[in-house]
Amino acid sequence: MSELAALFHGFSIALEPTNLALMVAGIVLGVLIGVLPGLGGANGVAILLPLTFTLEPVSAIILLSCIYWGALFGGAITSILFNIPGEPWSVATTFDGYPMAQNGRAAEALTAAFTSSFIGAFVAILVITFVSPLVAGFALRFGPAEFFAVMFLAFASFIGLSSGSPFKTMASMMVGFLLAGVGLDTVTGELRGTFGSTELMRGFNFLVVVIGLFGISEILQSIEEGLTFRGREGRIDLRAVLRTWAEMLRHKAIVVRSALIGCWMGITPAGATPASFMSYGVARRLSRHGREFGQGRIEGVIAPETAAHAAGTSALLPMLTLGIPGSPTAAVLLGGLIMWGLQPGPMLFVEQKDFVWGLIASMYLGNVVGLVIVLVAVPWFAAILRVPFPVIAAIILVVCAIGAYTVNNAAFDIVLMLIFGVLGYVMKKLDYPLAPLVLALVLGDRTEQSFRQALLLSEGSFAIFVSNGLVASIMALGFLMLFWPVLSKLWSRRPAAAGA
Amino acid sequence: MPQFAGGGSGIGQTTVEVVLALLFVAVGGLAVSEGLRLGNGWGFDGPQAGYFPFWIGILLISASGVTLVQALRRRGEGRLFVTWPRLFLVFRVLAPAAVYGAAIFFVGIYAASAGLVLWFMRGIGGFPLRQAVPVAAALVTVTFLVFEIWFLVPLPKGPLEHALGF
Repeated sequence: MSELAALFHGFSIALEPTNLALMVAGIVLGVLIGVLPGLGGANGVAILLPLTFTLEPVSAIILLSCIYWGALFGGAITSILFNIPGEPWSVATTFDGYPMAQNGRAAEALTAAFTSSFIGAFVAILVITFVSPLVAGFALRFGPAEFFAVMFLAFASFIGLSSGSPFKTMASMMVGFLLAGVGLDTVTGELRGTFGSTELMRGFNFLVVVIGLFGISEILQSIEEGLTFRGREGRIDLRAVLRTWAEMLRHKAIVVRSALIGCWMGITPAGATPASFMSYGVARRLSRHGREFGQGRIEGVIAPETAAHAAGTSALLPMLTLGIPGSPTAAVLLGGLIMWGLQPGPMLFVEQKDFVWGLIASMYLGNVVGLVIVLVAVPWFAAILRVPFPVIAAIILVVCAIGAYTVNNAAFDIVLMLIFGVLGYVMKKLDYPLAPLVLALVLGDRTEQSFRQALLLSEGSFAIFVSNGLVASIMALGFLMLFWPVLSKLWSRRPAAAGA
Repeated sequence: MPQFAGGGSGIGQTTVEVVLALLFVAVGGLAVSEGLRLGNGWGFDGPQAGYFPFWIGILLISASGVTLVQALRRRGEGRLFVTWPRLFLVFRVLAPAAVYGAAIFFVGIYAASAGLVLWFMRGIGGFPLRQAVPVAAALVTVTFLVFEIWFLVPLPKGPLEHALGF
């Protein structure tokens, strides 16, 4: 039980007064970010990253990860009270959450959402605590070929599991890879893709791209949809909380199932949004009251919220152990690790014990703190949306611009941010997923490096990717995921053909 | 799908699909040519610098090619990407944002931000100046305190700040 000893050591780090204060500040900021349209987990963390350089890495990651937890909680508030999902993963929460609020059960819906978020996260943190040391220990044996294979698996599953067009997912990903390649090639020292521009020599910083793609594009989309905020009052008293908790006890099967769906989807980089939809769909199909879903069933809030939070949290497991983030926000956090001078991957668990276990301990504390804060402070957070949209939009634009500027102290990056904002707006409207672009942008350099190192070891022979059982099975799994849509179609056709 | 208020005419979905797919094909083409320039074969230290961009470019061209064909096949459906009135709304935000981005180079971020807030509140929101000016002033003051004073992160400044001695 060395994990428990390490975890208790982590608690002693997370409970330091500075770190506790950062935790509370992070949660409050995060909820705020989750509530505001145009600011989300990924770009909220991206904007604040440059401000964390003066902090210790462990304090910095506690602040930023707590912003992430806060954003996960905050997304539910606007979904339920205003029918406006503050985050993509809370879209499924609007299906039953908003009708519940309309029927005068806002307090129950909010309590159910927050509590199931908390439980989902808690299950995921347990998984992280006990599974990640095993994964990291296993991954210590990885060479460049194995690392490339794992990245290949991650990207292939994105294409295979994409809900929309796999070709659009692929295009989005390839754009990310190309953007990552711009600038100095770390192996040969040659300049690539800069076409003589000195501004491009720095390459495309993923923070600038994230702020544009997620922040600016969302403002454009919100203004186009002509936001009108007509919300319900959300005040939660203790009796409503206890009543809801009693009701939730009857749905424990849904909670457990949704948490497992969420953990699985978070670790494989499908992310919180598909997890929430899948969990909602499964809950509706398995329920005896399936037809009443969409009219305000509490299960319709519990299922997506548990899964989204479980997925959002467990997305940190592959980030910590393999250096492969399971969600865009985890990708930004990973970029943060690199900027603080830490090497993401299995060596973290060996060399940076304080950092890893401090972070894991802060997840437990942060989610407890988060649950209390959102239950108590819902009315104030909801009041933010009564601020007229032009005011919010202007302030968010300014915040995004400052965030983009501070990454490299370059005003040119503000222009880039606006360009990516327009690109993000068009891509979102055409159902191009943005997460693969961000992931490829963050991981592009390391994917390419491990690919080139592997080929260097094998002197150019692709056989290295099937040279031992481990790498061959990861690669095979990758191809299985890549062609999953085709295979599953063939599979479902077979029995029909046999029956005919 | 959100309902389009008032229906009416606008830019077709197919048009935008095709334009974006062509843009991606062009980007892929650039990558392929850059890969060829750098060399996409085997160097003395492993695959050459152009190897990755070359193949990624090929993949981007192929994926976008399929999307392009699919979009052209659905040409007749007549779905709208955005109606003109809604596009106008987007430009009412995008145009000032572009001006804002350009203005930062000349007057610094503080003056530009104040101007942006004033424009949004007065021009788009229809607020009176007596409400817009305090909001702009508060935003600039808070930003200045947080970045220049507390976190010691210098933001771009213009002639106004220089005149004030910063």
